[in-house]
Amino acid sequence: MDIQLRVNGKPQQGNVEPRLLLVHYLRDVLGLTGTHIGCETSICGACTVLLDGKAVKSCTLLAVQADGSEVTTIEGLAWAPEAGGALHPVQEGFWEKHGLQCGFCTPGMILAVVELLQNNPAPSEAQIRHGISGNLCRCTGYQHIVDAVQYASKKMRPKKKKKS
Amino acid sequence: MAAGTAMTGAKGYIGRAMKRKEDPRLIRGLGRYVDDIALPGMLHAGIVRSPHAHAKIRSIDISKAQNAPGIVAILTGEDLRGVIGPVPCAIQMPNLKVALRSVLAVDRVRCVGEGVAVVVGAEKYAVRDAMDLVEVDYAPLPAVVDPEKALSKGAPVIHTQHKDNVAYKWELEGGDLKKAFAQADRVIKQRMINQRLIPVAMETRGVAAEYRAGEQKLTVWSATQIPHLLRTQISAMLGAPEHSVQVIAPEVGGGFGSKLNVYAEEALVAHLAMRLARPVKWIESRRENFQTTIHGRDQIVEAEVAVKNDGTLLGLRCRVIADLGAYFQLLTPLVPTLTGLMIAGCYKIPAVRVEITGVFTNKMATDAYRGAGRPEATYIIERVLDLVAADLKKDPADVRRRNFPKPKEFPYASPTGLVYDSADYQASLDAALKLANYPKLRQEQERQRKKGRYIGIGLSTYVEVCGMGPSSAMPAGGWESGTVRVEPTGKVTVLTGSSPHGQGQETTFSQVAAEMLGLAPEDINVLHGDTTAVPYGIGTFGSRATAVGGTAMYLSVVKVRDKLARIAGHILSEDPKHMVFEEGKVYSRTSPKKSLDFAAVVGAAYTAKTLPTGMEPGVEATTFFEPSNFVFPFGAHVCVVEVDPETGDVRLQKYVAVDDCGHVINPLLVDGQIHGGIAQSVGQALLEEAVYDEQGQLITGELMDYAIPRAADIPRMETARTVTPSPVNPMGVKGVGEAGTIGSTPAIVNAVVDALAPFGVRHVDMPVKRERIWRLMRRGKETR
Repeated sequence: MDIQLRVNGKPQQGNVEPRLLLVHYLRDVLGLTGTHIGCETSICGACTVLLDGKAVKSCTLLAVQADGSEVTTIEGLAWAPEAGGALHPVQEGFWEKHGLQCGFCTPGMILAVVELLQNNPAPSEAQIRHGISGNLCRCTGYQHIVDAVQYASKKMRPKKKKKS
Repeated sequence: MAAGTAMTGAKGYIGRAMKRKEDPRLIRGLGRYVDDIALPGMLHAGIVRSPHAHAKIRSIDISKAQNAPGIVAILTGEDLRGVIGPVPCAIQMPNLKVALRSVLAVDRVRCVGEGVAVVVGAEKYAVRDAMDLVEVDYAPLPAVVDPEKALSKGAPVIHTQHKDNVAYKWELEGGDLKKAFAQADRVIKQRMINQRLIPVAMETRGVAAEYRAGEQKLTVWSATQIPHLLRTQISAMLGAPEHSVQVIAPEVGGGFGSKLNVYAEEALVAHLAMRLARPVKWIESRRENFQTTIHGRDQIVEAEVAVKNDGTLLGLRCRVIADLGAYFQLLTPLVPTLTGLMIAGCYKIPAVRVEITGVFTNKMATDAYRGAGRPEATYIIERVLDLVAADLKKDPADVRRRNFPKPKEFPYASPTGLVYDSADYQASLDAALKLANYPKLRQEQERQRKKGRYIGIGLSTYVEVCGMGPSSAMPAGGWESGTVRVEPTGKVTVLTGSSPHGQGQETTFSQVAAEMLGLAPEDINVLHGDTTAVPYGIGTFGSRATAVGGTAMYLSVVKVRDKLARIAGHILSEDPKHMVFEEGKVYSRTSPKKSLDFAAVVGAAYTAKTLPTGMEPGVEATTFFEPSNFVFPFGAHVCVVEVDPETGDVRLQKYVAVDDCGHVINPLLVDGQIHGGIAQSVGQALLEEAVYDEQGQLITGELMDYAIPRAADIPRMETARTVTPSPVNPMGVKGVGEAGTIGSTPAIVNAVVDALAPFGVRHVDMPVKRERIWRLMRRGKETR
């Protein structure tokens, strides 16, 4: 089947097998290997990408379902690619707060957090923990990930004017 | 830092919470894991696996599969008989019945998931299709999955060359146990289970291989914790000369011991690349990962403790049944013996006896999973301490205090034969109780109970053995290599045998080398995982990377620094002993105004025109460091839970961990290790359990059925540290990779049991799921 979509801002088109999974399209066809496969059953969230701004698990979506959509993978997340690929505040938070160890869940986790902060710019700790519960991490015990989200949340919110 | 002095840790990079050097690539999705490797002409392999736990293979028909589109080759066990050696086990012990797995099964399968055929093709979807066309005719045999049933008369014998399912018996005795039990005011007994667990590294296993026929060179990329040991084993399994084999552990997505092994697929994929003269890749699916990557724990213990009425421990006897699964993997029989060695925990117990029976069952092999034998020991002894406290109606903290060896008694000889290096158990317990505000917690518990709310407070004071070495205690050698090469421009390359999989050695090793050489961490590049680039090493496991691998590097830094000091002294006409390395400069403490750039001193070593007489050019040193003893980290954890009497739900309310891993190089990373370790314990204590049904089907076969902790399952953890340096290595460091897991499981279960005390509950087995608790509370209510 023919598909047309935008991936990280770039137009892509191709002919794919109808059963081709989106994650395999991204990894094997486009060579975007930052999106990982952790479980193939949409439990672990390692394959999370943004599809039209929403976090989805690309291991259980078909490439053809992304036809006509805009996909953002970890490679396309940098806050201002035109400015030399500066890190997105969520990426920065993960680095600053040691939100990763082996790094395998990290791309998916970061994209899930991007969506979380879009929907709720100032989440409580409980909301953060609930919000990332679709993404599994076996290394960190999540605490530094929560810290990373709080860091990004603070950084992304417009600064309040100081009362004088 | 001045030449010839030990690390200070007071300022500089050692001891500083630094961001990791690994992270910029990983947070951008630029890490390169095995599945990210794509080579021209690469083929994909898929393994057809047994759906039976125990069966004879009558025949395998590959004709349909062979003719499927895009299929290049299909091999069965018969094709590989005598071609690839069996999956190795490194452990030798007296009367050990050996049970090695073939790379692909021949004649018989003994657990679900055992490989029977491999399908290779150009495209992975086509391979997956063809796998379904391989027709295997099995004659199922009765399976046995319960280790106690496997020991009973008439149980199916899994390895027919042996007369029964007993793989080995192992005993350890220290002190006079008879006397201990004779002197006891009371004897307390309890049966406890450390359930079978699945490691679940987020990256499954994967292997890629390429054979370059012209050079006769085989390269194998594997998600492994032990690239060098794997190279030796692949060489042996394939009969390929070791110097023609290169193993690369690229970015590795977590291991927890599950990648501290040698697996059938590692040799199989390498063989396929040679046989087919094309690169081949195999990536484990999550379901395969559950079935065919090693499992952990799976021990049943009958513990008996002899005590005096004041809480003094006199003796401990444990009979352990260890379920080893169907075949040995690399360390399978060893793991339960570590439980034996650490059974006394951090207590002075004059006499101990441990009897272990290792049993074959029709299940995946158990092996080293985070903690490997020590979590089991800690769980047993820490539950025993709480049973003693409950029986004697004493505070569990007081019973622990009464039995600690004092700091001045170190090095302390345990009745099991180990010598604990250094500790102050009292200090870590006091710190944890203070941080948790223990007396107030107890008051609050009392208050809430009156209102019908059930709070439980659990303690664990643990000690563990890690920093695996010396060699006398290790099958493959208990040392590690560390090379430090100062390049001509003054940049530093560190090569370490401690190949990491998330621990952050690139950062911590850079911190140490930078501080010692007066450079910045950016000036240090830490390389690992490539057996062609890095001198032979052992690997990252057993919380040994910093204590053993870090020390090897440290000693090499000392060597290059001493050499550079001599060169600088020669050029400056100063005493080399007084040379200081600071901020990219080298100068004498006695005349600091006369300084040289670090790079200039290094340059002199390479241009070799102004060297002291007789000195070799170049700046490089390698150390193979073998410690004189293990290291013994310790700590005290406090867990607070609330149990809902209506639902049996356990909510973790508070978690306090005070750990002592000696000197700390990067506190941020140490916290990360502790947090992750505790989370894995939450998994064992409350959620995780690998369940096989009676036919040997793994019914918790994927993440849908096997609950690893999610963010919302974990409370915010409060961490703190005491610092008791180890005398075993010059940096005074101990390991921290497994401490969290070892220390915390009993704290959580002790808290749950404490919460259930009003219901007459004295023990509950893991995982303490809602239903189990609900039933205990019901029964408790009825019997009161």
